[in-house]
Amino acid sequence: MAGIEIRSLRKHFGDLHAVDGVDLSIRDGELLVLLGSSGSGKTTLLRMIAGLERPTSGEIYIGGQRVDGDVPPRARGIAMVFQSYALYPHRTVFQNIAFPLEAARLPRKQIDEKVRWAADMFSISRYLDRYPRQLSGGERQRVALCRALVRDPKVFLLDEPLANLDAKLRHTARDDLKRFQRQIQTTTVYVTHDQVEAMGLGDRIVVMERGKVRQVGTPQEVYEEPVDTFVATFVGQPPMNLVEASDPSLPPGTLMGFRPEQFLPRGVFGAGEDLRAFRFSVRRVEYLGSDRYVYGSVAESSTPDATIIAKLPGTIALSIPEGQTQEFAVPRRALRYFDAATGLRRRA
Amino acid sequence: MIARPSLADREDVLGGMMLAPALAYVILLVGVPFVFAILLGFSNATAGSLSFGWAGLDNYRAILSDPIFLRALRNSVVVTIGSQVLVVVLATAAAQVFRATFRGKSFARFVLLLPWAVPVSLAAIAWTWIFDSTFSVIKQAWRIFPFATVIVLAGLSSIPQEVVEAAIVDGAGFWRRLFRVELPLLLPVLAVAVLFGVVYTATDLGVVYILTGGGPANTTHVLPTLAFQRGILGADLGQGAAIAVFLLPFLIVVAIAMLRLAHRTEVGGAR
Repeated sequence: MAGIEIRSLRKHFGDLHAVDGVDLSIRDGELLVLLGSSGSGKTTLLRMIAGLERPTSGEIYIGGQRVDGDVPPRARGIAMVFQSYALYPHRTVFQNIAFPLEAARLPRKQIDEKVRWAADMFSISRYLDRYPRQLSGGERQRVALCRALVRDPKVFLLDEPLANLDAKLRHTARDDLKRFQRQIQTTTVYVTHDQVEAMGLGDRIVVMERGKVRQVGTPQEVYEEPVDTFVATFVGQPPMNLVEASDPSLPPGTLMGFRPEQFLPRGVFGAGEDLRAFRFSVRRVEYLGSDRYVYGSVAESSTPDATIIAKLPGTIALSIPEGQTQEFAVPRRALRYFDAATGLRRRA
Repeated sequence: MIARPSLADREDVLGGMMLAPALAYVILLVGVPFVFAILLGFSNATAGSLSFGWAGLDNYRAILSDPIFLRALRNSVVVTIGSQVLVVVLATAAAQVFRATFRGKSFARFVLLLPWAVPVSLAAIAWTWIFDSTFSVIKQAWRIFPFATVIVLAGLSSIPQEVVEAAIVDGAGFWRRLFRVELPLLLPVLAVAVLFGVVYTATDLGVVYILTGGGPANTTHVLPTLAFQRGILGADLGQGAAIAVFLLPFLIVVAIAMLRLAHRTEVGGAR
């Protein structure tokens, strides 16, 4: 059991600042998600914690012990699951799971017991004699997790472990992963570019962009109280609408942000609600079964062509004809304000 | 209007046409002499006359009771196996070195490839200061080693980086990574390198011929040099052919074994 402390960590590849001054406190036993698009530095950060990449500067502590510098991966008490699973193709499932135990020079009998216990936990016991190539993607992923779990690491590092699974399998795998992590309560750092995965899995989410941490918070904090327009548009699908509205009550250069699911036809809201209304010219309606996405623009915006999206739950049966202008509204408590120049949050 | 199919659309015809030159080359310059050599081994033909008399197994009986031949056979086996063991060890070690990045790497790579590119006569003359036959092992290894290193390097780079990193994170040190992960995954590639090396060494004439010419007192012959001496210089085509063809069945077995090993581990190793 161990937390991780990261202090002003940097990794430069020539002119590229892959990780550009990151400070982070990962609590003992939590599942922390590093969320960012490719090139945001999330994987480099994970690899530095693992010891596969040497920091240019900064400090890393695992369980209070400083590990940046010359502490090799095997001395850090970590286990890692790679995106490709990185199973040893020439070894059976049993031999794959046994590999870290053999490296730790455990006696045969103990290895045998531990492998069977771990395989049982992930219900892959009947595949122990097979080779990785004989397994499906989901089974390989479980073997990879099993190999990581089997030697009781202090810290789990997962690099997009679900990215190679098909969409259907990903949901169950996500659920399995979360239950499993709660059960063993090992500090886990999880890298993903998928914000749905991040929201669903993380105790806390770290949103990264161009080597820097933009925001750290619970999924709810990151979703409801984004610190800037980057986080606001990166987290949430479809992204938060940003409108530069000429509003006398607001200082000039203010962006108004609201989530698509808060932007609904006026008539939906109760009489007592404090609303901000917009004239919404509907361009196109997408029917998605459980929801409807309505694409259009608002006349109040200083860039009237910018696309604004409304997400109507299936429970709203109102007809929304394309090509017409309707009155839509957002509850004022759901509005978020940002500085148009810096993108930073403004407390109204 | 639909255009008439041109020659470019006729893959069956085009394929045959493009294969024809290579096929002609193989048949005329490899196939025919090969069959001819096998036939000669059963004949009493001599250089200079066109007579061809069937001699059955006479030539083989003769060489098997010839101490010079047995000595040459032993030398061939020692040189071939010895040089291959050396090559595998050296090439694996060199590939490890060349995988790292260091200053002057491209120059070092160029130097490494030199022995392979240098004409055999030149290289052998440079080594004539050592006449002892055991050094023939080193000499052969020295010639094949660059080629094997390149093959092993290619094999190493085909091992997914994440698999090697997984082994590092799993706590495997350098030797465990080498013997438990990298070498098993390299096995198919190594098998091919050894196969090339065996054929190359067992059939090489130049190195020994220039180094020692088989002497002193016929003690350093290998099969190709002895075949050349008996068949061409000694004009006994039949016996020369018998000596040259003698190793063929063994080489075929080795080739099949190596190719099966390469194939099996490749299938087993596929991700």
